[in-house]
Amino acid sequence: MNWETVIGLEVHVELSTKSKIFCSCITAFGGDPNTHCCPVCTGMPGTLPVLNHQVVTYAMKAGIALNCDITRYTKFDRKNYFYPDLPKAYQVSQLYLPICVNGSVPIETAAGHKDIRIHEIHMEEDAGKLIHDAWADATKTDYNRCGVPLIEIVSEPDFRSAEEVLAYLEKLKSTLEYLDVSDCKMQEGSMRADINLSVREAGTSEMGTRTEMKNMNSFKAIGRAIEYEAKRQIEVIAEGGRVIQETRRWDENKDASFAMRSKENAQDYRYFPEPDLPPVEIDDLWFNQVKASLPEMAEQKRARYVADYALPEYDAGMITGQKALADFFEETVAGGSAPKEVANWIMGDLLRILKDKGIEARDMAMTPARLGRIIALIDEGKLNRNKGREVFEALFDSDADIDAYVKEHDLIQISDEGAIATSIAEILAENQKTVDEYKSGKTKVFGFLVGQTMKALKGKADPSVINAILKELLDS
Amino acid sequence: MNELLRLSALELGRKIQTGEVSAAEAARASLDKINGSELGAYITVSEDWAMTQAAAVQAKISEGALQSPLAGVPAAIKDNICTLDVKTTCASKILGDFHPPYNATAVDRMAQAGAVVLGKTNMDEFAMGSTSETSYYGPTRNPWNRGHVPGGSSGGSAAAVANGEAFYALGSDTGGSVRNPASFCGVTGMKPTYGTVSRYGLIAYASSLDQIGVLARTAEDCAGVLDTITGHDVRDSTSLNIPADGLLAGLTGDVRGLKIGLPAECFGDGLEKEVGDHVLAAAAVLKSLGAETETFSLPLTAYAVPAYYLIACAEASSNLSRFDGVKYGFRAEGCTDMADLHKKTRSQGFGREVQKRIMLGTFALSTGYYDAYYKKAQQARAAISGAYHAAFEKYDLIVCPVFPDTAPALGEALTDPLKTYLSDIYTVSVNLAGLPGISVPCGFDEKGLPIGTQIIGKALDDGRVLNAAHAYQQATDYHKAMPTEGGAQA
Repeated sequence: MNWETVIGLEVHVELSTKSKIFCSCITAFGGDPNTHCCPVCTGMPGTLPVLNHQVVTYAMKAGIALNCDITRYTKFDRKNYFYPDLPKAYQVSQLYLPICVNGSVPIETAAGHKDIRIHEIHMEEDAGKLIHDAWADATKTDYNRCGVPLIEIVSEPDFRSAEEVLAYLEKLKSTLEYLDVSDCKMQEGSMRADINLSVREAGTSEMGTRTEMKNMNSFKAIGRAIEYEAKRQIEVIAEGGRVIQETRRWDENKDASFAMRSKENAQDYRYFPEPDLPPVEIDDLWFNQVKASLPEMAEQKRARYVADYALPEYDAGMITGQKALADFFEETVAGGSAPKEVANWIMGDLLRILKDKGIEARDMAMTPARLGRIIALIDEGKLNRNKGREVFEALFDSDADIDAYVKEHDLIQISDEGAIATSIAEILAENQKTVDEYKSGKTKVFGFLVGQTMKALKGKADPSVINAILKELLDS
Repeated sequence: MNELLRLSALELGRKIQTGEVSAAEAARASLDKINGSELGAYITVSEDWAMTQAAAVQAKISEGALQSPLAGVPAAIKDNICTLDVKTTCASKILGDFHPPYNATAVDRMAQAGAVVLGKTNMDEFAMGSTSETSYYGPTRNPWNRGHVPGGSSGGSAAAVANGEAFYALGSDTGGSVRNPASFCGVTGMKPTYGTVSRYGLIAYASSLDQIGVLARTAEDCAGVLDTITGHDVRDSTSLNIPADGLLAGLTGDVRGLKIGLPAECFGDGLEKEVGDHVLAAAAVLKSLGAETETFSLPLTAYAVPAYYLIACAEASSNLSRFDGVKYGFRAEGCTDMADLHKKTRSQGFGREVQKRIMLGTFALSTGYYDAYYKKAQQARAAISGAYHAAFEKYDLIVCPVFPDTAPALGEALTDPLKTYLSDIYTVSVNLAGLPGISVPCGFDEKGLPIGTQIIGKALDDGRVLNAAHAYQQATDYHKAMPTEGGAQA
């Protein structure tokens, strides 16, 4: 039988507003436990929430960028459940009138183009954290994260593969970074996904029973978990069993998922309208201001890079795929470097080094000014390209002065024809056999001789000068 | 009784401003009265704090730096309103020794106006009740007859004011909790328009209905206190952003030409004749002062009590969820896990009435019942507001009873809870519609227990409500009566 996997996602994203959603505490990640909180976000009796309107603005930005309709009369609701990390024992969220509805996110995969529909985006407050101290046999609460604003982006069940899910998540991450509404750091939990997955016979339209995997916080884990869970469900059905609707926990170390709780005795959240917060009305002025404030997004940038800088589509797509790369590119170009040259550096050495180091572009120490200086030294003939690449890599994480480094390590390009000619004469004398081969027509060995000369000059020579002199000597 | 204690809050305020009486003298007299009282009006008496405040306020008055008409006047605060560093219990075991690290906005504003706070008054646990018998700290007794309840839930505040244990007191009114005890204790109790007094620091029972109100000897005193505590508060999103006008300055005592409606539905079955007669007599007094009175039909009255209990209990079930033994207050011993901790703490920490209302509200919000109960109750609420809106197209004010009877004997109400719930019929719709309402003393029944008349206005017409009450008090003396030590009329 052919199986089809059906996946829907609920993605929680922490918004990067300075203060929390209902009080003025800071939202910064970390901090000593219970130092970023106040009577309001710890739900002390008698305290009341006051909406941070920046949260609505950020949610609207996300909604507009993700092609949603904005609900102009939006309300908050209470979701009631007991858990020690939720100090009020209810989460202020949105059920009946969420801020954004009916969006779509275009994705590209090997299978081609596809639009993933967004059911809704709602605003809510984050909960705190429980810290289990196995030695003291105690659990402590840290409320620093309580009240950090979240948006939950709920997709329709439109995904059919892990590849589509990952393409969508990359797209969400990139979009939200462009909007500057979230830092989307999965490892810090500021972006986390719940995966709803079911399987069915290909070609049928009825949905299978789904399971949910909550709070997935790495792309790698998400890809693995989807593959594992689809396979598990298919096996259950193939063996004549029945998939149980339940929440499962993905264990990254064991590379497997485990049942947590059955949805069949699921909690009743007893949603009802939040009486402490009046409805939010978004008038035309506010809406239009937010709409007008949207920055140039990835698609627009990509088209511009192709049109204005003649970058290949692929390069433009890669660079605009991450806001940090696009910013880096534009700033380096603004500093006077040739766009194509900058693009080559990014597509080549920069992306390779990031990958090797396992860091993200937004976290790198390399600056546009420093790359610009290396490019300028090459253009000015003071550094040859290979030495330039060495400098770029050597100083990637440092803030040492480029010129001082080049000088200190004696890397300045040798362009003096006399010195180069002397070296070439020595190389030719040492490699008479190779010279003879060249002269007999095996011109391929030319490269070897260039290499030997470069080596003798410690790689610092201007390769064009070596080429010219060597050719002249050999062909004479 | 110290004659000082017979003064109204504003009369005492004037004597303090002129130097005739010192703030410390007034505080001392009140504290002595409290210490000699067996009413159980207070949960916490903060004697040292009161005397410290009195000294500080007196210094400012003497410098001429504080001219508020209530500066130096001793007051009480219901124990569901947070006070910095004075424990705030909501009359519940579950809050135990809870010391809020903040003042309610109303308390801050009282302090700025030079109030001297004597302590925190007793109440029904979490403001759920109309008798003040459900307090974990024991019941408050009616100063007019110790065998009777003072009403509730602000029963401690009402008893304290009636008995000279405070010149005025803050209360809270979710379904009648200021007006009901005011009528039972023979004091004036004003519940202002929803949103006029900040709820920040008022421990929520039912957020969409709760409103801080005032219990005092006169409508004038209520106006003076409301001038102090009313006004927009950025910490309460439901607080109205409208200028707080001078309620006290607006009291003319002139009701000529006012159209007053008497809802026929409020004078029918279930109302004790004695109570009805006194309320009609009060309306007649207003008529004699130049107002026009007319009986009319206010539809949907019968739906007010069920709608109120569904909405109030639903909101309460959520508001009271935070009392889970994790962060503050009481925590049960010997718990095996998290769920056990929640269950034991809440079972042992909440009293029966609170548990009953939490369960009722939880049920009303449950999947499958939400539409039939909570949603329908909200529809009834909207319809009731609409009926009031229509009535106020025709009438400036509505006059009706506060409660069908005078104060029941201690223990009596608890034996028939359904009857007790239904007795809230004249007060709850005012909360559902967010309107201002006042209870004004209008006489005594043959047992010597006070009777109150309720005057209701349209939203934000608090000034007109107070003015009608003031006009009535200019023409009558019921509000001046005070109980004797033994609990009989003096």
